[in-house]
Amino acid sequence: MFRNERMIGLAVLAVIIAILPQFLPNNYYYDVAIQAGFNAIVCVGLNLLIGYAGQISLGHAGFFGLGAYASAILCTRYGWPPILALLAGALVVGVLAFVLARPILKLKGHYLAMATLGIGIIISIVLNTEAQITGGPDGISAGPFSIGGYTIKTEQTWYWVVGGTLLVAIWLANNLVDSPVGRALRAVNGSEVGAEVVGVDTARYKVLVFVVSAVFASVAGSLFAHYLPQITPAKADFFKSIEFVTMVVFGGMASTFGSLVGAVFLSALPQVLTVFEDYEAMILGAIMMGTMIFMPRGLVPTLGSLLVRRRG
Amino acid sequence: MLASFLQFVFSGITVGSIYALCGLGFSIIFNASHVINFAQGEFIMIGGMATVSLVALGVPLPVAILLAILATMLVGFALEKFAVEPARKASVTTLIIITIGASIFLRGIAQELWDKNFHKLPPFSGDQPFLIAGASLMPQSLWVIGVTVVVIVGLGWFFNRTLEGKAMLATSFNTLAAQLVGVNTKKVLLMSFGLSAMLGAIGGIVITPITFTNYETGIMLGLKGFSAAVLGGLGNGMGAVVGGLIVGIAEAMAAGYFSSAYKDAVAFIIILFVLFFMPSGLFGKSGTERV
Repeated sequence: MFRNERMIGLAVLAVIIAILPQFLPNNYYYDVAIQAGFNAIVCVGLNLLIGYAGQISLGHAGFFGLGAYASAILCTRYGWPPILALLAGALVVGVLAFVLARPILKLKGHYLAMATLGIGIIISIVLNTEAQITGGPDGISAGPFSIGGYTIKTEQTWYWVVGGTLLVAIWLANNLVDSPVGRALRAVNGSEVGAEVVGVDTARYKVLVFVVSAVFASVAGSLFAHYLPQITPAKADFFKSIEFVTMVVFGGMASTFGSLVGAVFLSALPQVLTVFEDYEAMILGAIMMGTMIFMPRGLVPTLGSLLVRRRG
Repeated sequence: MLASFLQFVFSGITVGSIYALCGLGFSIIFNASHVINFAQGEFIMIGGMATVSLVALGVPLPVAILLAILATMLVGFALEKFAVEPARKASVTTLIIITIGASIFLRGIAQELWDKNFHKLPPFSGDQPFLIAGASLMPQSLWVIGVTVVVIVGLGWFFNRTLEGKAMLATSFNTLAAQLVGVNTKKVLLMSFGLSAMLGAIGGIVITPITFTNYETGIMLGLKGFSAAVLGGLGNGMGAVVGGLIVGIAEAMAAGYFSSAYKDAVAFIIILFVLFFMPSGLFGKSGTERV
């Protein structure tokens, strides 16, 4: 039943992505859409972890940053082809996440938050400090993304690349959610002990989803590094991690559509808030607090249940 | 050799005291509400910045300190009343985002109210260092350590000897049971935010003559205070103090003997190692999940 709904949802999204450029008057709007797309890819992965498995991570920008820096360093310093660098980055991040996952995911609640936060901060300090390799606080350029002699040059092309990658990411996530793995994850979210009692190897599934979400972040980071003229450690710091988590929770946990809405909304918000200049931080903080206080379950589920109530 | 070692110990204990006060703030709020208040670092910043401005306006230092502490406590009460209380039933993740939103909001205000520059206070009693075995100890460090000890003793008295303190302890053990015996747990929640804000402000004020302060100082101090609290076992007051001192001393040693660039990473490396082997911190209760 859910499977069909999800396929329809994916098709609708594909149509939206296809016609959206009609409403993007210039490169500035393309840029916002592309940034939203990158964030959405990370959030779709992170939502598997937070929304479905019920495990928080305050360090996913670390994985995003590692992917970005892997691409930048391998391409500019060692002349690797971008696609190979992207895969190598994903592999490194996947292995790192796998090694860290077992001890970390034993932790619960606030202790898990602390550990993931710690990992994210350590990664961003290393990126800031090892200047000979990473370029330090000034960052490093990854160069343009090229594959088989073709180079992505315009914002328009980037839009299609990011849109396509996002659709693939959602398709993969949907498959995972609908598989036995997804059922096991929902059981873990409901009650971990309960899931174990009925024979779910909870540790294995939590590790799996942690690795998948880290790899999603890494791939998005790699592409992002090629899209930007320069990647800086700020793209991997604590606040970027918070931004990702906020997007997932803002849109509505355990809903891929919710993550998308959250990513698009919170990517566009800072662009709107620049009007307020110095008051930007204050307003962003107030919006974060306000939405979470009045819609603790997130935007999409809250609006959804409002609609249902109207109809009923 | 000994002199430099001693020097690192002194600076470690000084900054560790601030982490301890901050960690205590996390623990008190966690005990009363199971909320992790990510705006704890902002209390430190507000305490320091408010004192600096009041002194600049010509208010005598002791009065400025008192007013700054009161102002920070008001912020703490407001945070509880308008941001945490309405979302009491929300999930852990949602509450984390609310308090982080609050910290961004408070930083935004601080940046407008004051500016982005660093500010300093004069040391409370001169800057003539004491020489101990070749290492120099600044009088302000003694102020930091002394005030921290007084605060910890005061908290011990408050929690064990006063009715309000006992009510807070009772709430942390079992909220429902505390309500049943007539404890006003809503008031306890409000008090816990006021008390934590007070601890943060005190820490921020005594450290400002040493480290200076600006609108962003609260970020790292807050995160390290959180790691101190987790290191000692969340909700364990003495654990937070010990955790704070461990983090402070380890950080000073790392900066002195290894690399000052990685100073800020030390707290998080320690916390990861400890959590890998002791998932509830050094002195935390190992909980079991109820089905």
